[in-house]
Amino acid sequence: MAGAATSKSRIAAGEPLWLRLLLIALAISFLILIVILPIAAVFTEALRQGIGAYFASFDDPDVWSAIRLTLLVAAIAVPLNTLFGVVASWAIAKFEFVGKSLLVTLIDLPFSVSPVVAGFVYVLVFGVHGWFGAWFAEQGVQIIFAVPGLVLATMFVTFPFVARELIPLMEEQGNDEEEAALSLGASGFRTFLRVTLPNIKWGLLYGVLLCNARAMGEFGAVSVVSGHIRGETNTMPLYVEILYNEYNFVAAFAVASLLAMLALVTLVLKKLIEWRFGASTVG
Amino acid sequence: MDIEITHVSKQFGTFAALNDVSLTVHPGELVALLGPSGSGKTTLLRIIAGMEQPTMGTVLFGGQDLTGHSLRQRRVGFVFQHYALFRHMTVFENVAFGLRVKPRIHRPREAEIRGRVMKLLSLVQLDHFAKRYPSQLSGGQRQRVALARALAIEPSVLLLDEPFGALDAKVRKELRRWLRGLHDEMQLTSLFVTHDQEEALELADRVVLMNNSVIEQVGSPQEVYDHPATSFAYEFLGHVNRFDCRVEDGKVAVCGGEIVVPSGTVNGDGQAVAYVRPHDIEIFNGAVMAGQPAVVRYLTAAGPVAKIELSLAGDGALIEAEIGRAQLHALDLRVGQPVYIRARKARVFSAAMH
Repeated sequence: MAGAATSKSRIAAGEPLWLRLLLIALAISFLILIVILPIAAVFTEALRQGIGAYFASFDDPDVWSAIRLTLLVAAIAVPLNTLFGVVASWAIAKFEFVGKSLLVTLIDLPFSVSPVVAGFVYVLVFGVHGWFGAWFAEQGVQIIFAVPGLVLATMFVTFPFVARELIPLMEEQGNDEEEAALSLGASGFRTFLRVTLPNIKWGLLYGVLLCNARAMGEFGAVSVVSGHIRGETNTMPLYVEILYNEYNFVAAFAVASLLAMLALVTLVLKKLIEWRFGASTVG
Repeated sequence: MDIEITHVSKQFGTFAALNDVSLTVHPGELVALLGPSGSGKTTLLRIIAGMEQPTMGTVLFGGQDLTGHSLRQRRVGFVFQHYALFRHMTVFENVAFGLRVKPRIHRPREAEIRGRVMKLLSLVQLDHFAKRYPSQLSGGQRQRVALARALAIEPSVLLLDEPFGALDAKVRKELRRWLRGLHDEMQLTSLFVTHDQEEALELADRVVLMNNSVIEQVGSPQEVYDHPATSFAYEFLGHVNRFDCRVEDGKVAVCGGEIVVPSGTVNGDGQAVAYVRPHDIEIFNGAVMAGQPAVVRYLTAAGPVAKIELSLAGDGALIEAEIGRAQLHALDLRVGQPVYIRARKARVFSAAMH
């Protein structure tokens, strides 16, 4: 057995040079074609008529309204999902209870459900002709085709991110430090603040970052519940589509370039956290 | 402070981790909870600490019923098996934690905290390591930080869960002696959990032997070693040879010798089990009146006593024996040599008690 394994790995290590080069070249060209070229295209198209035209795109008040709305939705959805993620992973990692595996499965649901379906579900439940829509309308609260609907749809799509990061981390760390803190006289809240939170902070930050990137970039789910009212319910991704459909390519790519930059910033921060996170868990 | 545990039971679902356990720990005592894994010893310790609530029964600290009180309210020092140090805090901050989380009115000033922490760190001989992080310490050092941290809240009861379990033999021995000194000096009432019988016998004032969710025997180390109350106690405390035998007319034939069974230990005649300690096996070079033939299989003479493994001539059962070095020399034993053995004394239990 052992002999077979070593001879196998020797074969792997001894791949001919041409094959190695071919594989590397394939991987790189694939990456260029699928990832780098489109991102480059976004910036080239945005700057096609010069830097002046690029900045002129942002004179449109509807663009600013889309940016503000995107930030507002993220500012509500991300903290709520962070809270939910921490609570859910705490419950899953530190307690035993009936239905635990069901909860874990449910947390993963948004990853497997098409965002469009998620959006339709909210329309069905909260729309004017939906189950609770009429009641909310009587109270003067509009959910679908308004900000609350956008927030709900965004939350649905992004809620696994924080919990997914924290559950394995908290499970690995166990209960001992919390029990030690309690035995030393700390309250439950203090224990969380001074013991649990510092232990999960890098994982938490990482989850929040991914959650935020997805919240700002989400298209499908918010598209269904938005209603595309200019200057009111268009988020940045939705507005990019509208501009593009109106053949306003420079403006469309200019707004898209903001989202692309968000992605790049996220990538850099993610790398930094991984580096820091890795350093703090060693030893 | 004395601890009184009365009729405590603990159920985890359908599993009974503790079954009607009662125990009194006197002030200033150092008590070992000894038993194999799954015997309920750690559950008992956690119930005393307040980390688990008993399904039934009460726990009294100094006469006060603390059964419903949480971990936080009991103010006991607890040392965890894997130390459970706060990994993102320095050694100093770990020890200071218990002082810093006190309610504002009871919280000492910063200078006093500093003084008390440094005093504790010098007590555990780690004052030079105050600025280190737990990951930069060895296992023995971490354990000492955990102790200093537990002592910072000035508990009158100290509970330790397998405190030396993860340490190597030499460090374990040093820490054991050091813990004994600390316990006496600080006049604590301490309980520690261990599965290592040598550790329990060497360190504790009293040993609580647990098995299958109940207490099998409580007594001083010498009492439990010399007079094991049950067959489990006999097998768990020290090495022992086990023989299946029959009691007839109050006597039993074990290993060539005939031994009179003290009245009251066995329910009349019948199947029985006899236990013989290795140092109660006699070895003879030639044939003796009442002896059983055996062959030397293995022999180690490293240490003050020689350990000899023999196989009985009949069924080939393996027997462990221990004899002094001088005697080994006189007998001139070799591996493969045929000898006669005899039990000097044995402890007999009815087979039904198993």
